[in-house]
Amino acid sequence: MQSRDQPRGELCVPSPYRVVDRTVETADTVTLAIAPVDSLARAWEPGQFNMLWMPAVGEVPISISGGVGGGATGGDRGGDGTVLLHTIRAVGAVTRALCALEPGQTLGVRGPYGRGWDLDAASGRDVVIVGGGLGLAPLRPVVHETLRGRDRYGRLAFLAGARTPEDLLYMSELGQWRARTDLQTEVTVDAVPGREWRGDVGVVTTLLPRIPFDPGRVVALVCGPEVMMRFVAAELLRQGVAPGDIQVSLERTMQCAVGSCGHCQLGSSFICRDGPVVTWERVGAAMGVRER
Amino acid sequence: MGDAVHPRPAVISRADLPALVDAIRAQGYALLGPTVRDGTIQLGELGALEDLPIGWGDEQSPGSYRLHRRGHARLFGWAVGPGSWKQMLFPSRERMWSADRTDDGFVIRTDDTDAAQAARKVAFFGVRPCELAAIAVQDRVFVHGAVPDRSYSARRERALVVAVDCGEPSGTCFCVSMGTGPSTGPGYDLALTELDDERGHRFLARGGTDIGAQLVRGVPHRDADARDHAAADAVIASATARMGRQLDTTDLPALLERTLESPRWDDVAQRCLTCANCTLVCPTCFCSDWVEVADLSGDHVERWRRWASCFTLAFSTVHGGTVRASARSRYRQWLTHKLGTWWDQFGTSGCVGCGRCITWCPVGIDLTEEVRALRELDRPGAAP
Amino acid sequence: MTTRSIADLLRDVGTLRDLPPDLLAVVSGCGRNVHFDTGTTILREAEPADTFFAVRHGRVALELFAPGRGEVMIETIGPGGVLGWSWLFPPYRWHFDAVALEPVQAIAFDGACLRGKCDDDPRLGYELTRRFAATLIDRLQATRLRLLDVYGDGDAIP
Repeated sequence: MQSRDQPRGELCVPSPYRVVDRTVETADTVTLAIAPVDSLARAWEPGQFNMLWMPAVGEVPISISGGVGGGATGGDRGGDGTVLLHTIRAVGAVTRALCALEPGQTLGVRGPYGRGWDLDAASGRDVVIVGGGLGLAPLRPVVHETLRGRDRYGRLAFLAGARTPEDLLYMSELGQWRARTDLQTEVTVDAVPGREWRGDVGVVTTLLPRIPFDPGRVVALVCGPEVMMRFVAAELLRQGVAPGDIQVSLERTMQCAVGSCGHCQLGSSFICRDGPVVTWERVGAAMGVRER
Repeated sequence: MGDAVHPRPAVISRADLPALVDAIRAQGYALLGPTVRDGTIQLGELGALEDLPIGWGDEQSPGSYRLHRRGHARLFGWAVGPGSWKQMLFPSRERMWSADRTDDGFVIRTDDTDAAQAARKVAFFGVRPCELAAIAVQDRVFVHGAVPDRSYSARRERALVVAVDCGEPSGTCFCVSMGTGPSTGPGYDLALTELDDERGHRFLARGGTDIGAQLVRGVPHRDADARDHAAADAVIASATARMGRQLDTTDLPALLERTLESPRWDDVAQRCLTCANCTLVCPTCFCSDWVEVADLSGDHVERWRRWASCFTLAFSTVHGGTVRASARSRYRQWLTHKLGTWWDQFGTSGCVGCGRCITWCPVGIDLTEEVRALRELDRPGAAP
Repeated sequence: MTTRSIADLLRDVGTLRDLPPDLLAVVSGCGRNVHFDTGTTILREAEPADTFFAVRHGRVALELFAPGRGEVMIETIGPGGVLGWSWLFPPYRWHFDAVALEPVQAIAFDGACLRGKCDDDPRLGYELTRRFAATLIDRLQATRLRLLDVYGDGDAIP
């Protein structure tokens, strides 16, 4: 239906997708597996996001948490006809509606958008992946991706933080990752009753000194609440990691996803287009200015 | 269109100007231009040349705008009104697509949108140099970005630009500081200079494109002579000398980047009402809300794009709250974007010096004054 | 184990990292290797604090016991971390329980002995106080960060 004087306008129109599976992650968070109804899914990179649309409710940016059935690559970079995973926390009208979707129901999807994690920069280096709360969602595919190309990296560590064990996403996968010897996985929560919890208690920054990475040859990939990312970046910088080697995934209001509507600006950056993954070198100064 | 060699500048008499309008219409263009409405000069569809603000002048100062009759019958003896050509290329409300629910999801229509229907050719008649510069700024945002905006691009392609040099700057104008006026820069199809002296009321016309040159050829005219050029130069020189405001742009992005915590932001926040007037009258502000509009049943849905303003709380709201909650941070965002980070994003200033934000600020906040104060406080040894 | 090997082991303890060799020797002299089985209560709230531990392997939980809630895990200390600073400041009593969550290997330091040496040698006293203060600040800031409840709900918006 695109006329020829609508250059690349199709990027701003959703395509119908169908929910093929739904996994309850926590009390307020679900992971939807969705597949295109009548189109082909576009290729995507870990760290990118889609705009998910609930007709008559609205549209929200949600990062891509993985894929299923993507063939040779194992599914975390999309391809023709792949299933996409989106982990969604019910916090507003649109996300509540999305979380309530059941297999068989449809939604609209446009994307993928934005710049994902720069794994080329991590080649030949140690990789420390730090996620907090819902911030695990865009990091899940990067854990898969680094494990798949494991020889390309030095030490590989994944640090996850959450409020309580019940708030942790991807519990069964976390268990599998903790059992691996080629990935150091540490999980910490803010507080927990009893002694059943097998992980740590404390903020995620306190786990960093345990990771024997080389500060001069490490790339850190960080996603979580902004305050958490500021503290993690500060700790990494203190340990001698260069600002350009710290990548963070930022959250800002996004409506167009193509750098046009202006809402997501942080200093010179349009987070939807220049991010959501940006280096600390690029945004650290701006993030240090209150209400920037 | 192209960059062909254009014939020598011509002179069209006031009496023959209607022929130019007729020629434009004959090419299939609807004529849009300035006209007096509600006590202001606004842009709209022109029926005839007589709809222009003939004989009107404007007096502008911070927070104030008044029209008055002048003792002559010039067509362009005024500066700029509250409206800008932005509203023609990037409408304040626009339907982008619509969708209807089906048994199995929804079907989206893009062929009934405002942009798709805005297929008519329009002539922008009387575009001021600062406004031509503003269009060029928005072209960088909407046409030359990574993802060209389909509706803006479609409208822009169909627009014929007839620019007019500025002879009567207002008290809030500072195009000279921004390098955008008062003489017309590149980007026009046809540029006019209104001359009204002992040799009569006439227009020096310069074609900027083939189509502009053709239009001139199609109406009664004579070749411009040295005295016409001298008269046009005098108009520009006079306007240049009468700028109402000045803005020192030296290292402006760097100045703003290092004064983010200046006490001046607290000062301006005491005055700013965060009403968003400045962003609405600004000819380059491009932010928008993408809004979901549904009928009661939810079966028919439309996606609308509406002008947004960084002065509203909702503008930067994320899950958990608003990023820029204080007036201080919102004014700072607007000014530092307009004059600073815009350079990084689009390779140009976001300000063209039209002065609208000063005139239409209900409390008369003057960005040239704010920058002067920031600069003053930034001097080594300046008392905070 | 020799004194020498304890000094080596202490190089992995962040709080004591880069301690001048002569001071490291003094501190090492007050340390001995210890082992705790899973579930061992290492420290108990309100009891005299005359020891601190540098954890080498395993994890230790700091707990508070609250009536009706049972034990609540406040923080865990893992390899390279230091457990206990109440030995350094009056009234020299523990504020929390500490329980081995896994088999724990640690170096235990005689706090009373170290306090005496710090009193005798202000340089040692300054170095240790400075280092423990830095560890305290890290813990305090981590605690403040948890006070923010950054993973919490915030105000839900449409």
